[in-house]
Amino acid sequence: MKPAIDIRNLGKQYPLHDAPPYVSLRDILSQSVKKVFSPAEKKEKFWALRDINLQIEPGERVGIIGRNGAGKSTLLKIISRITPPTTGEAFIRGRVGSLLEVGTGFHPELTGRENIYLNGSILGLKKAEITRQLEAIIDFSGVEKFIDSPLKHYSSGMQLRLAFSVAAHLEPEILLIDEVLAVGDLEFQKKCLGKMEEVSRKDGRTILFVSHNMSYIASLCDKAVLLDKGRLVKEGGAAEVISQYISSARSITALDNSPIAANPIVRLLSVQSINAGHQRCESFAADETIGIEMEYEVLQAGHVLWLGYNLHNEEGVNLFDTHSVNTAQYTEPHATGKYKAVAWVPGHLLNTGMYFTSCAVFNHLRQVIHLHEKDILVFHVHDVFERQTARGMSPGEFPGMVRPLLEWKIEKSET
Amino acid sequence: MEQPQTHIQPPGRFSTGFREIWQYRELFYFFTWRDIKVKYKQTSLGIIWALLQPLGMMLLFTLLFSKTLNFDTRPLPYPVFVLSGLILWNLFQSSVSHAGESMIQHAGIIKKIYFPRLIIPGSAVLVALFDFMMGLLIFLVFCLVYKQAFHWYTLPYFLGGMLLLLLAALGTGTFLAALNVKYRDFRYTIPFFLQVLFFSSQIIYPFNAITQPVLKYILALNPVNAAIELFRCGLTGQVPDSLVLVAGASTTVVVFLAGLYYFRKTEAYFADIA
Repeated sequence: MKPAIDIRNLGKQYPLHDAPPYVSLRDILSQSVKKVFSPAEKKEKFWALRDINLQIEPGERVGIIGRNGAGKSTLLKIISRITPPTTGEAFIRGRVGSLLEVGTGFHPELTGRENIYLNGSILGLKKAEITRQLEAIIDFSGVEKFIDSPLKHYSSGMQLRLAFSVAAHLEPEILLIDEVLAVGDLEFQKKCLGKMEEVSRKDGRTILFVSHNMSYIASLCDKAVLLDKGRLVKEGGAAEVISQYISSARSITALDNSPIAANPIVRLLSVQSINAGHQRCESFAADETIGIEMEYEVLQAGHVLWLGYNLHNEEGVNLFDTHSVNTAQYTEPHATGKYKAVAWVPGHLLNTGMYFTSCAVFNHLRQVIHLHEKDILVFHVHDVFERQTARGMSPGEFPGMVRPLLEWKIEKSET
Repeated sequence: MEQPQTHIQPPGRFSTGFREIWQYRELFYFFTWRDIKVKYKQTSLGIIWALLQPLGMMLLFTLLFSKTLNFDTRPLPYPVFVLSGLILWNLFQSSVSHAGESMIQHAGIIKKIYFPRLIIPGSAVLVALFDFMMGLLIFLVFCLVYKQAFHWYTLPYFLGGMLLLLLAALGTGTFLAALNVKYRDFRYTIPFFLQVLFFSSQIIYPFNAITQPVLKYILALNPVNAAIELFRCGLTGQVPDSLVLVAGASTTVVVFLAGLYYFRKTEAYFADIA
């Protein structure tokens, strides 16, 4: 059988620009006047994807992982024909359904039912197919009561449910999914994942799944592809590729001088996990203190910057958010310069496993988010048996999202 | 089972892509359906508004010009003359301005979903055609009031005029739509451009009122003039002015092909720059 997706030497080049990609006629005119007097400057270009070769068999479910800017979304965009490649070619066998964004084309003035037809046809369904599935779509969305009132009266959660419901009933041979599950409540997310799994197992559908959530990738995909700076660096079993990604994600340090993320006010230089001795460390014993350290440079003085981390476990559960509330900089503006901020996670708190840390520079009072880098740091917590932990002497898996060592007291209440 | 195979490669040679549009005809229909539906849901006057506007303009021009400038529009009474020009002009103007804005308006969808991009300006033109049909009904009633006779040749002339106009509008609209994606300030020139075109079209004056020879040849190139000429001949039974028809129809074909070509050439990159 021929592969469902056959990608050969695919490359995509974008011009590198600081300004928006579209231009104004005024600029063009003024630039062409300037060009007469000064030699033309060379336009810089960069490769968002380079020399990608990938064969995906029908029925395979492939996770695409990599850091921000690795080319994951560009790859999906090319496969779904939203943007053409610069070099190479790809053969797609079967109908492609793309969930790059659910709810595309929804119109607030139209009713839920009308939007199902509109959205369905935008996503590639035929009118007859929509009519056939209409009841199932409405059922799955859970908004039956409001199906004939205009969408503008829906809450955003309801809109999302309806949107996803349409998308979940697409019947393409190849399904492209990009981070859709990042939105919506947990219960609905589970429902969607379940539906997707059911669909792909039963009908042998090919799925390409882009996510930052390694646990979703691990549970949904049998194969994974790791992209880094536009190149395919690893292809193989999901678990194997995820572990390589995690070890490469750890190596985000100040060693290379390029900032990880930047804007005119602040740029992020590094994020790393450190032990009590301030040494970089990626694997901690369950009783060890874990320091999460970010190094950043303030480029513009006068802003009150809050720093924050949030920690997700392998299941994607947000264990906690922590903000720099007890620092002087929480109320007073930063001066320009480089800073290091450490938050210490006490020992005996996290259960064993992999943890994904996102970091942010923001100010909720002013409603600004200067930086928010998702899952930028990954570390691991392992068991320790030679010292006292909450596990005590019990063998096997120790359940619970956290694993605090609590103070127990036993007294004899009756003599 | 034979599955559809898609071959993705860097943009190559020019093709009109009409076959693909045919495959996506349902989406074409839904886009048009949505815009008509939303348009008439949002305005409480609904369809009436689409009808009142040309009637009001007709009234205005009749009051202003029929007595003061004394255009010889015979055999058509001036109100019928003006209204016929106005409804066709409205079709052109609303097609061009909506099609011109359409790609920017749909930037969100373009960046997320693939479909033949021509559907977007195409459906803008179809929405305008729907409004035109409403206006045409009023016009026909108006003709009856003025005891304007219809003949066997009325329909083919009407259709010919509409076809010319739609081709010119689609060409201009797609061209402007593509330009608008790339040059964001281009849109500000569209109203001015339309205004110039309005006054160079034989809407409020008959073409034979132009006597200056150079001006006459320039205005004959305006595709709207040819469309209105054909349309009115359907009522008068006169033979269309060959200069207006030949020059206007030639520009129409050129505009249609050029607009389509430019749009198709640039559409692959709309998602990158929109």
